[in-house]
Amino acid sequence: MSRQLAKALVLALAAVIIAACTSGTPNTSSNNKFSGVTVRVLTFTGPQIAEPLQRRGPEFERLTGAKIAVITVPFSDLYQKLLTDFATKTNSYDATVFDPQWMGDYVPSGYLEDLDSRIQGDSALQWNDIAPFFRDFSATFKGKIYTIPLDGDFQMVYYRTDLLQKDGLQPPQTWDDYISIAQHFQGKDLNGDGKADYGSCLAMKRSAQSYWMYSSIASAFIQSQGTKQGAFFDTNNMQPLYNNPAAAKGLGIYKTLSKLGPPDQLNNDVGDSRGLFVTGRCALSLDWGDIGPLAVDKTQSKVIDKVGAVILPGSKQVLDRSTMQLTDCNSTLCPNATNGVNHSPFAAFGGWSGAINHAASDKVKDAAYAFLSYMSQPAQSSVDVTIGKTGFNPYRTSHFTNMGPWLASGMSQQAAQNYLGAIKDSLNNPNMVLDMRIPQTSFYQQTAQDTALAQFLAGELSVDQTMAQITAQWNKKTDEIGRQSQLDAYKASLSVTK
Amino acid sequence: MSGYVSTRGFRRAASIWRLIGARLDHLAGGVFILPAVVVILGFSIFPLVASLYVSLSRLSFSEGGVDLKFVGLDNYAKLVTGIDHVHFLGLAGPLTPVGFVVLAAGYGLLAFALYRYVRGHNRTAGGLVGRLFAAGVAGFLLWLVVSTVLTSGRPGTLVVTIIYVAVDVSVQVLLGLGLALLVVQQLPGRRFFRVVFLLPMMITPVGVAYLFRMLTDTDKGPLYPLWAHFGLTDVSWVTNPWGARGAVMIGDIWQWTPFIFIVLLAALETLPHELVEAAVVDGATRWQVFWRIRLPLILPAASTVVLIRLIEGFKIVDLPNVLTNGGPGTATESLTLHAYTIWRALDIGGSAAVAYMLLITVTFIGVCYVNLFRRRVTAMA
Repeated sequence: MSRQLAKALVLALAAVIIAACTSGTPNTSSNNKFSGVTVRVLTFTGPQIAEPLQRRGPEFERLTGAKIAVITVPFSDLYQKLLTDFATKTNSYDATVFDPQWMGDYVPSGYLEDLDSRIQGDSALQWNDIAPFFRDFSATFKGKIYTIPLDGDFQMVYYRTDLLQKDGLQPPQTWDDYISIAQHFQGKDLNGDGKADYGSCLAMKRSAQSYWMYSSIASAFIQSQGTKQGAFFDTNNMQPLYNNPAAAKGLGIYKTLSKLGPPDQLNNDVGDSRGLFVTGRCALSLDWGDIGPLAVDKTQSKVIDKVGAVILPGSKQVLDRSTMQLTDCNSTLCPNATNGVNHSPFAAFGGWSGAINHAASDKVKDAAYAFLSYMSQPAQSSVDVTIGKTGFNPYRTSHFTNMGPWLASGMSQQAAQNYLGAIKDSLNNPNMVLDMRIPQTSFYQQTAQDTALAQFLAGELSVDQTMAQITAQWNKKTDEIGRQSQLDAYKASLSVTK
Repeated sequence: MSGYVSTRGFRRAASIWRLIGARLDHLAGGVFILPAVVVILGFSIFPLVASLYVSLSRLSFSEGGVDLKFVGLDNYAKLVTGIDHVHFLGLAGPLTPVGFVVLAAGYGLLAFALYRYVRGHNRTAGGLVGRLFAAGVAGFLLWLVVSTVLTSGRPGTLVVTIIYVAVDVSVQVLLGLGLALLVVQQLPGRRFFRVVFLLPMMITPVGVAYLFRMLTDTDKGPLYPLWAHFGLTDVSWVTNPWGARGAVMIGDIWQWTPFIFIVLLAALETLPHELVEAAVVDGATRWQVFWRIRLPLILPAASTVVLIRLIEGFKIVDLPNVLTNGGPGTATESLTLHAYTIWRALDIGGSAAVAYMLLITVTFIGVCYVNLFRRRVTAMA
């Protein structure tokens, strides 16, 4: 009896030791591990991005005891809200789900927590399941990991399969194709409600998320030699690449598309263009991965199983950097072209990512990390990326291979393969365009580029004036900060070592 | 002997105390006012001076935080002659005949006002210098408005703000006065209308902006049937610069007319009835009663409320920000929104420079208004 009792005690002790050893990783299964801890997470006004955080917060609280308070601000205010909070040492936010492009400002200043050691000890996160691009670019800055990816971002073109099939049209391969399809459907009734609908719906609102749309168009003409060539600045002298015939061509297309959509398109943000597309009012749209899941959302979609996605359209002419003229593609100029068409899929934004305030207390940092890890773990994220209103798009290898959640969300096998195929085409393209990630990126894109594009669409600036204004503003900012340091930062973001 | 000494000592002590008391009485005013001065210095003057320093600086990121680097007048130079001057001042086009006529008429009026002052009996050297300076600045602002609005050019945020203030305050005064004159009549339901007319003022400006955003949407929203009836669903008036500015101005007028209305109503209701009755007995028409009796008597109150609205009007930001995001392009951007847009990108030096330009403009117009108009009106009353 006493021997049995001793055995039982030894087993119990062994169990306790094993439990103690395995709890070294921030696993979320131990109840009330973070009881009494509140994590204040700042992100942008939803429903996208904020919705999954708010929905998963109470779940996480039940598992760990940590309370998740999600605070939201408009997208255009997020950058300065975070920075002023950090810089003034107010530290009202313990974690943030933000644009990883801003790491160029936040990391050197020491505001974000280095997550290297935590990630190494976190098997539940399955770090290597995250696609290399998001691990190595969106999450990493100068060799260290500062964010946990929660979203994968590529801009793509969506089209109505039923309409194109009916009229014998092929999905757009070039921007000229895109315009001709949009012109074909503009003014026709596309959803059977008797009202005239639109050929193309794009977000073109100022102080919103529209400026990426122009970069998606122009990049097809600007970058052709692979990712390291860069689509924003010349990697030799940091001169902007938005003042040449390729950028002008992009502006021309952008202006044409402003007239092939709803009358108030200039005031439409991505939420508006998505709403129009999934209610059947547009033949084409340019967007991140959100339209795919939204199109199968039974509560709002009128285009279920009528939506296809393709890699961003390309061009048969690209900018020859030696002459700075638009030149027909050949094997030297467009080594990555498909059927003579140069595609430059744009990893716009880089995907919403979670980071932790370096100044938060250790207990709060642990809880914040555990929450971000929980959000990203395959069990949660594989479901969240299939829900349109989350704003989260696939970013893990398993998101592309595990078809179960996609089929459960209501997407047909064919639609899921088409949608994921378009993202994979973008992700695997050697000519992928990386988004700008240098100090004060926010000024370059969100202020200078955004304002000039809005003025251009409103007719306040001509094509030449728009390019000149963007170039002058970018150069002024580059010189203010330091041309060499900005060049170094830009080259580092493209992994250019020479 | 000893009693004599003690009385003398007592008197001396009493005189010392009197002296101290007199000194304390003399200082009492200063001592009592000191806390208020410290509060004002702390909460008003210090931020003013600090923001002036910020406007002369540039934010830069450094290891472990951010630094403010002194750059002199660089932020102001960007606005006046540098890369932001078109955004701030606008783009001047060649003068048109209409522009020329307006400019000539404006300059003629300024010259006439100066001539009258010089020929008048109350002229002083200081007054003349002040008026010459005011005329110079007013002349420049008039040229700026004419050359950017009445030509092929386009107005910058300074001119757009001046247009907002001029149009909004003028229409608000006319409408507010008209409504006050109506409600002051002994009409049935006047109490009800008095409350109803006040409602817009109670709504938050952001709410008003969202309301007008829905109303101006021709493709959906509550007025869709109206737009559809006139076949205007394919026309968006907020994507046209003047249509968008019009929408902002209509929203502002709708919201702030009640403020003018309530002040003028109070002024009208406190007018002595005897004057009006005497005028009516003497055979004065309604127009004469209004023009000769009521209006002069409410002018001090009216001029005060106009001054408040002028100052407030320059700070307009909610409506253009929510209704149009300052667009299309920068067509509806006010000075405050301009400062806010720059500040969002953490260019706090540039943002402070715009804010200071706004302060200078408001102060100039406010001082001119008080000295040249309001004092005269109050003195007449």
